[in-house]
Amino acid sequence: MIAHWPLPVDAALHGPALDRQLILNLSIFASLFLLANVVLLTAVVLRRSAPPLAHRRWRYELLPLLLLAALFFTLAFRSTRLWAASRYSGAEPAAMQVEVTGMQFAWYFRYPGQDAAFGTTSPRLIEPGAGNPVGIDPADNSGKDDFVRSMLVIPAGKEIDLRLRALDVIHGFAAPSLRIKQNAIPGETFHVHFTATVPGDYPVLCTQVCGLGHYRMQAIVRVLPPDQFHQWLIAQQQAQTTRVQP
Amino acid sequence: MMRSSSESKAAHEGNAERIVTVWPHHRWLGMGYLLLAVLAVGVGTLLSIAMRIHRVWPDWNVPLLGVLRPEEYLAYVTMHGTLMVFFVLTVAPQSGFANLVLPEQIGSREMALPLVNATGFWLTALSFVILLFAFIVPGGAPIGGWSAYPPLSVMADAGPGQALGMDTWLLSLAVFCIASTLGSVNTIVTVVRCRCEGMTWQRLPMTVWAWLTASFLTVLVFSVLLAAIVLLFCDRHLGTAFFVPSVQWLNGMVIQRHGDGSPLLWLHLFWFFGHPEVYIAILPGMGLVTMLLGNFAERRIPGYRMMIATTLMIGGLGVIVWGHHMFVAGLNPFAGTAFEITTIAIALPSTAKVLNWLVLLWRSHPRLDTPMLWALGFVSVFIAGGVTGPILAQPALDAYLHNTFFVVAHFHLIMAMAAIFGIFAGSAYWFPLVTGRMMHEKLGKFHFWWTLFFAYNTFLPMHLTGLSGEPRHYAQLTGIAGTAGDLVRNTIPLEKHITASALLLAAGQLMWVANVVWSWRRGKLSAPNPWTATTMEWMPMDARILPVCHRDPCHYTSAITGDHEFLPQWASAPVAE
Repeated sequence: MIAHWPLPVDAALHGPALDRQLILNLSIFASLFLLANVVLLTAVVLRRSAPPLAHRRWRYELLPLLLLAALFFTLAFRSTRLWAASRYSGAEPAAMQVEVTGMQFAWYFRYPGQDAAFGTTSPRLIEPGAGNPVGIDPADNSGKDDFVRSMLVIPAGKEIDLRLRALDVIHGFAAPSLRIKQNAIPGETFHVHFTATVPGDYPVLCTQVCGLGHYRMQAIVRVLPPDQFHQWLIAQQQAQTTRVQP
Repeated sequence: MMRSSSESKAAHEGNAERIVTVWPHHRWLGMGYLLLAVLAVGVGTLLSIAMRIHRVWPDWNVPLLGVLRPEEYLAYVTMHGTLMVFFVLTVAPQSGFANLVLPEQIGSREMALPLVNATGFWLTALSFVILLFAFIVPGGAPIGGWSAYPPLSVMADAGPGQALGMDTWLLSLAVFCIASTLGSVNTIVTVVRCRCEGMTWQRLPMTVWAWLTASFLTVLVFSVLLAAIVLLFCDRHLGTAFFVPSVQWLNGMVIQRHGDGSPLLWLHLFWFFGHPEVYIAILPGMGLVTMLLGNFAERRIPGYRMMIATTLMIGGLGVIVWGHHMFVAGLNPFAGTAFEITTIAIALPSTAKVLNWLVLLWRSHPRLDTPMLWALGFVSVFIAGGVTGPILAQPALDAYLHNTFFVVAHFHLIMAMAAIFGIFAGSAYWFPLVTGRMMHEKLGKFHFWWTLFFAYNTFLPMHLTGLSGEPRHYAQLTGIAGTAGDLVRNTIPLEKHITASALLLAAGQLMWVANVVWSWRRGKLSAPNPWTATTMEWMPMDARILPVCHRDPCHYTSAITGDHEFLPQWASAPVAE
């Protein structure tokens, strides 16, 4: 487990490379900030001379500009590779599907059940009080084994494909320890995929202001070792079966 | 000897008293804009103080107001952002300062379109009054932040303040869009048509180039914001669906609409306006700082044409970077990379400007009068806020940092602090021009160092809380369940430091108010051109009948040899200092 202060614990497969890129950027730009301020201070306090650099602008202005441009684009190129790896293509077909639904002010996590297919939903069927917080259509057979939880439970070492939806307003799904952030927007479905590596309980926050309860819209993502997750999953599926066919 | 000096003092004193009576029409408007900005910055700062205190002391029972509720906190966030972005950072550097001195800087006696200009001012004032009404309408001010993302901003039941408060807010901004467009049209026409003989494009002071570029941006992007506001209004009241899907669900209610839109459209339109808006706020400061560095270092600005070009490049690139606000908002990931490239590209003209300033300043041992201190401070905080720009431009990193306090630190340093430093620089620099008196130097310098110290203490630590994952817009840091509660609570020690610094930063600004009030009445009488400035607003009155511009600004001859001569733009021969 690598923890770079002040970053939170990093529990995602793509996390260490991202953290390295972030720390590299922070070191470079913090140094540039300090350097520029030292130069500024020196420039002002040094004894006055005839404008010593104005005639050598190529060396003191344009050359540093070219070098900085090269630096900026190199850093951007490095990070584009990370962005491309996580966003340009979707998850592997074998990835585990979980649907995340944001509503004022809670997150719900829907698992597709044994058929690995989510049932259709409709806003007209949403009834949190009746145990149907995301509006699963009871007429759709593939929805019968879907189950919804308020905690995101996932296995370590397996790729997860999250389907993000929002019911009312825009919500921001953020799991800092998994280095994942993606807004959920009403009327649209977005996917993000990742692999958790370190078992533990990590925070899920809302990072898009969504109303007066925005600050308390949170959940927990629980990463379990694969065997424990398997037991958890079987228990949930059995509970769902007994619920549907009492 | 004494008699004559006291006589001349009396005559001078009379000048200082009378100077207000000879203000041209546009200068009255400029002072009106600055007064509006001062009122707005006062309210906006009080709101930020209330928020900062609430973050570390959430249970404080404020006399008369009670304990701040989450919706009130968010209403303060919205109003703080709106007041600061529109009524301070747009109004003061762009409308205020341009009306103060732009015509004089280009050798004109007046603006090209005085009626349009005046209409712009009065509409801005109206818009300000309407905005303040949002505090007192039922439900209070809107709670969605200054970017007003739908569907939160469309559905009146989505939260307190989203009904009448939101409508009031939209009306205020619609009026503001029209006002600032009128003002900018006037600025553009004035610069194009009213330059005096000899005032070629390459001789225009950088301030004028900045106002011109910002005016083009204003005309372009405020019209888009106005259109977006009208569409949002239709979604709210006419059942259309530009920014919301056809079927909406809110707290058990299902709403069916005609059409099928997407909130993403609003994000595109809003940020197409929103990002150029930050350049509208900062460009005049950059232009003024360039001129002040040349003035107080008594040096020509190296590569003047390149400085003009970089200003125009910032304006041009400014309209194609908006997507970097949307990396994790549902933007196509390939578009994310495209916006990453444009955003890195816009860092280059800004970097070129900083390098130019450093080259100009190297071994210049400038006069450190208060306006120059603010200009140097501007360079420092501009770099501090600027260096995190290329970091946030990278979608992979922004996907971690988006909407954390890291971003709050970034835009407060560069947009709030740097732009405010520019405003302080301008106010100290032009104070003698406008009032005939100098601001108190010692108090001004103390105010500068105080502000610089506490600005860094307020905003630098926000990078750390942001890196730890702390999100923006959280009404309180306690009372949050689960591991999320731990994450947020862990920031409290730094949050306390930030709040203490912010309180001292805000309190220190009273020094500026006191300095302005005192100096206006009692300040030392100023010489006609106290800073030995070369730009034409400082031209003696008697030369103003038929002004001619002879050269580009900031010509000083070998100040190091002791023969302090300088060549103002209006003079045909060198003038002794």
